[in-house]
Amino acid sequence: MNSPETSPMIEKLEQEFRVLLKQGDHLPEWFNEIRQNAFDVFKMTGFPAKKDENYKYTYLEPHITPSYQIPAHPVTIKIDEKEIFKCDVPELNTNLVLLINGFFYGKERLKKLSSGVIWGSLNEAILKYPDLVEAQYGKHLSQMNDPMAELNLAMSQDGFFIYLPDNTEMDAPIQIINIALNEDEQFISTHNLIIVGQNSHVKLVLCDHSLSPQRFIMNSASEVVAGKNARIEFSKLQNSHNHSVQVSSVSVSQDEGSNVISNYITLHGGIIRNNLLVNLNGKGAVNDASGLYIADKMQHIDNFVQIQHQSPECHSTQLYKGILDDISMGVFSGKILVAKDAQKTQAFQTNKNILLTSDAKVRTKPQLEIYADDVKCSHGATVGQIDEEALFYLRSRGIDNKEARLMLLHAFAHEVMKKISIDPLRDRYDELVNKRLRGELSRCNNCAVNCG
Amino acid sequence: MLSIKNLKATINGKEILKGINLEIKEGEVHAIMGPNGSGKSTLAAVLAGRNFMEITEGSVTYMGKNLLELSPEERAHMGIFLGFQYPIEIPGVSMVNFMKTAVNEQRKYKGLEPLSSGDFLKTMRDKMTFVDIDSKLTGRSVNEGFSGGEKKRNEIFQMAMLEPKLAILDETDSGLDIDALRIVANGVNKLKRPDNASIVITHYQRLLDYIVPDVVHVLYNGRIVKTAGKELAMELEEKGYDWIKNES
Amino acid sequence: MPESDNIINDVTSSEYKYGFISDIESETFPTGIDEDIVRLISKKKGEPEFMLEWRLKAFNHWKKMKMPDWAHLQIPPINYRDIIFYAVPKQSAKYESLDEIDPEIKATFDKLGIPLEEQKKLSGVAVDAVFDSVSVKTTFKEALSEKGIIFCSMSEAVQNHRDLIKQYLGSVVPYTDNYFATLNSAVFSDGSFVYIPKGVRCPMELSTYFRINALNTGQFERTLIIADEGAYVSYLEGCTAPMRDESQLHAAVVEIVVMKDAEVKYSTVQNWYPGDKQGKGGIYNFVTKRGICKGENARLSWTQVETGSAVTWKYPSCILQGDNSYGEFFSVAVTNNYQQADTGTKMIHIGKNTKSRIVSKGISAGFSQNSYRGLVKVLKNATNARNFSQCDSLLLGDKCGAHTFPYIEADNASAILEHEATTSRIGEDQIFYCNQRGIKTEDAVGLIINGYAREVINQLPMEFAVEAQKLLQISLEGSVG
Repeated sequence: MNSPETSPMIEKLEQEFRVLLKQGDHLPEWFNEIRQNAFDVFKMTGFPAKKDENYKYTYLEPHITPSYQIPAHPVTIKIDEKEIFKCDVPELNTNLVLLINGFFYGKERLKKLSSGVIWGSLNEAILKYPDLVEAQYGKHLSQMNDPMAELNLAMSQDGFFIYLPDNTEMDAPIQIINIALNEDEQFISTHNLIIVGQNSHVKLVLCDHSLSPQRFIMNSASEVVAGKNARIEFSKLQNSHNHSVQVSSVSVSQDEGSNVISNYITLHGGIIRNNLLVNLNGKGAVNDASGLYIADKMQHIDNFVQIQHQSPECHSTQLYKGILDDISMGVFSGKILVAKDAQKTQAFQTNKNILLTSDAKVRTKPQLEIYADDVKCSHGATVGQIDEEALFYLRSRGIDNKEARLMLLHAFAHEVMKKISIDPLRDRYDELVNKRLRGELSRCNNCAVNCG
Repeated sequence: MLSIKNLKATINGKEILKGINLEIKEGEVHAIMGPNGSGKSTLAAVLAGRNFMEITEGSVTYMGKNLLELSPEERAHMGIFLGFQYPIEIPGVSMVNFMKTAVNEQRKYKGLEPLSSGDFLKTMRDKMTFVDIDSKLTGRSVNEGFSGGEKKRNEIFQMAMLEPKLAILDETDSGLDIDALRIVANGVNKLKRPDNASIVITHYQRLLDYIVPDVVHVLYNGRIVKTAGKELAMELEEKGYDWIKNES
Repeated sequence: MPESDNIINDVTSSEYKYGFISDIESETFPTGIDEDIVRLISKKKGEPEFMLEWRLKAFNHWKKMKMPDWAHLQIPPINYRDIIFYAVPKQSAKYESLDEIDPEIKATFDKLGIPLEEQKKLSGVAVDAVFDSVSVKTTFKEALSEKGIIFCSMSEAVQNHRDLIKQYLGSVVPYTDNYFATLNSAVFSDGSFVYIPKGVRCPMELSTYFRINALNTGQFERTLIIADEGAYVSYLEGCTAPMRDESQLHAAVVEIVVMKDAEVKYSTVQNWYPGDKQGKGGIYNFVTKRGICKGENARLSWTQVETGSAVTWKYPSCILQGDNSYGEFFSVAVTNNYQQADTGTKMIHIGKNTKSRIVSKGISAGFSQNSYRGLVKVLKNATNARNFSQCDSLLLGDKCGAHTFPYIEADNASAILEHEATTSRIGEDQIFYCNQRGIKTEDAVGLIINGYAREVINQLPMEFAVEAQKLLQISLEGSVG
């Protein structure tokens, strides 16, 4: 454990935190209280220690140094519209949201549609709709009991906010592009809050990437609240340069009969840690979480997933697949928890990994913790290589070795892609993954989707 | 076309092929019969380039080239087709993408332009009718969730697509009911041309009712112990393999 | 479902039939542990200097250690000052002939079904009986020594086979290994020692039977098995303890060395007193078991049937160092009432072409918590390592828990590792199917549980398999069996 005396980074964070808190004088008291409490919790634990079971294979602290600056204000420079436009997926009509260094970017900071849907800047929403935000903000993320999530609550000033009242639907998916754009090394915090009312439906696409080559730390968080029978599709693409450290925490709370599908595609990034916590609080809720991680060079990708069945008759599925090349490391920890009264639970978890070189590494920890008896739970994990039998079959039909390998890797990855219901997005991802596997997506300082 | 001389192969140090000699000319259909464990499938695998066995002696010449030096895909480009006894399931690889890649790789080898998507799909439709395969099968991943019979039919469909010079059908008849057997045999017969050849490997004489061989070989304990015309198959059916065992 | 409630009631009401106390005078040391106690143990056993030094190093190391808290267990603090670290039946420590054994001890083992008289032997099983901390009788010693096999108590081995002890004691589980193993190293009292010479197949099963009797006593035995090149031995371990309200500590160490082409099978039927229905009393079972496959083609197989103990903390492991070596772990762990078990294995692949297999079946009933915890680790140079793990859990009743915590660490691209786990309860359709064929529900449950555990039970030698099957029924099925 780190005491603040011994960690210059925590000292620096504390100074910066004081500045940010002062700067937020005009914000509601409850909000600043959440920040203060979160910082206190963080300070007590410090960055995840080497012995922290939850961070067993990902030791962040050495990568977080005081050389990073904490952006206190939104950037004022003008962003090239074309840059943003390039991030759009063709044939996909989306509502585009841009976050730069964690701050909402754009003139119209908060929109209210005739349907009652409100979306835009979180910071603006805190001022304009404090009750809506207060009811949910921080309540879900703090359940993660994760120092990085606490730090996010303390340091975040802005992010994306959306509120869908009961029985509403967005006409098109919302694409949130989260860009790191910095001239010096930055420590960025950003927080998204997604509240979906009863019977409402929304699709969200999150793209994390970097526009500048400087090192940065992105400590982002999203809280997703699904009301009764709500449907949410959430897809996240990570494609930042390899000098970044990214911690992404997503906390999902689901009410009765709700259905949340989330998908995490990691193509590039230096050190990546994705936390996902799902609480199935209402009867019959359904959650489907999947992830694909493709790593090479010295990348380190850690997916830490906890699915908590708190109510009866919920279903959850996890499918995480990794392809590890060069000297990269892939980590998967997935825990299914079934609480005492969560009878008739069905929970399934799969983690499959392919190691391409003798220097790549895999750590996998699929776990079950079950306190109810009428359950069907299973998990499976594999580490292996390309199936030699399948490879021979393809080659015997005249497909050359390299091409056959790529076909099989792509097929391996495709199982995760299949989960994405937005067709043009899935096709684009498929294409990106294909390029990534061919090594044609190595320059990734630009927007991922632009690379096509 | 194909000349096998004194071929010996071992698996994990155990000798499975103990000196095979075989000559195949254009236009011929050869049947290789033999009891289980006699080395039939190993021979097929050696010809297609599967590398689980070690070749300790002998040579295989195909179209004037040393076959054993070629990779499986090079062999395929030169027209060798193996109909697998157990076609493998490859989830996530679509039949269309699979076949298109295979056909165009072969065309590249022959110096031809790749087929356009339209032309390819048209060829695929034609060949599907030709071998009587359900079009919905080609919409799925390679062999994934196919029944035994569908898998075998899919092998014949691929054979039709790739138009091999030398087709090796490894127990294509195993696990087929009589209707499926007829469809498979029909496909093989329709694909027969004066300039290609096939090796039909089978345990039972049944398939040979539909595919009439020019030559029948009996493989026993790693050696070809008897070679004769198609009447040999009848004799085997009648007397069983013990007869061969006793003779050899 | 009142029917299944009944079954669960039956299950939870079964009694521990080994819970009697033998009235034997024993010589005990004062409670608690300090350097003097360690010295006293060593002196009492007339140990050579190197043993005392080793014990003291372990003790000093232990003082600096903290009890591990990572397991899925809730253990009340153990007060080491109240534990008697050494208890000996009051008579000479080792008996030359059967007549010298305290008739009460003999009666105890008879009652447990462990005959110490060779003519009444279990068919072809040589037994080393350990009562409280001390080995009281080893059978068939002479017959075995003709083949060069050494089977004796640890104390004897320390006296008579000093070179082997010096070379191998602590070579697999060093005295610094973990809290309980370190404590054991400091205070272990006795245990069994086995050496199978080159090329010898041990002609009979070797067996140690452990019995805790004295009150407030900790049992710290230590077993060392060495199978030299090409040797083979199958070794069995059984254990029981009386019913007492106070919890008792058992911290044992088993070390196994398997040389080139040798094979060791180690089977345990663990039936320490599990505590009563309210969770009072019972043995705290903290055991470190580890073997190393040192040479090429070495094979080590662990089989355990764990039905006893209030708390079980145990991970029999294989270090697969020799190329082509093979490790296995088969386990059935049953927990009932307030029992807690956190058990599993570690398979460490170091050599090339090493293979391992894990089959774990957990059965939880009552208010118990049952966890599988395992590590499969493939080091960088372990090319072509293979592991297959299957970990299933069965829940009886809705107040218990079943947990699975596997860790897979792969540093070599040619590894193929597969882990599968399922958690379920006995399917109503399965029971209905049996009912429809005329089988009563409680018999059906018994059948299904035994079927569920079969894969593991089948690994046990015949005599043990029967006992284990009975145990499963007793500890779970109540009147069902």
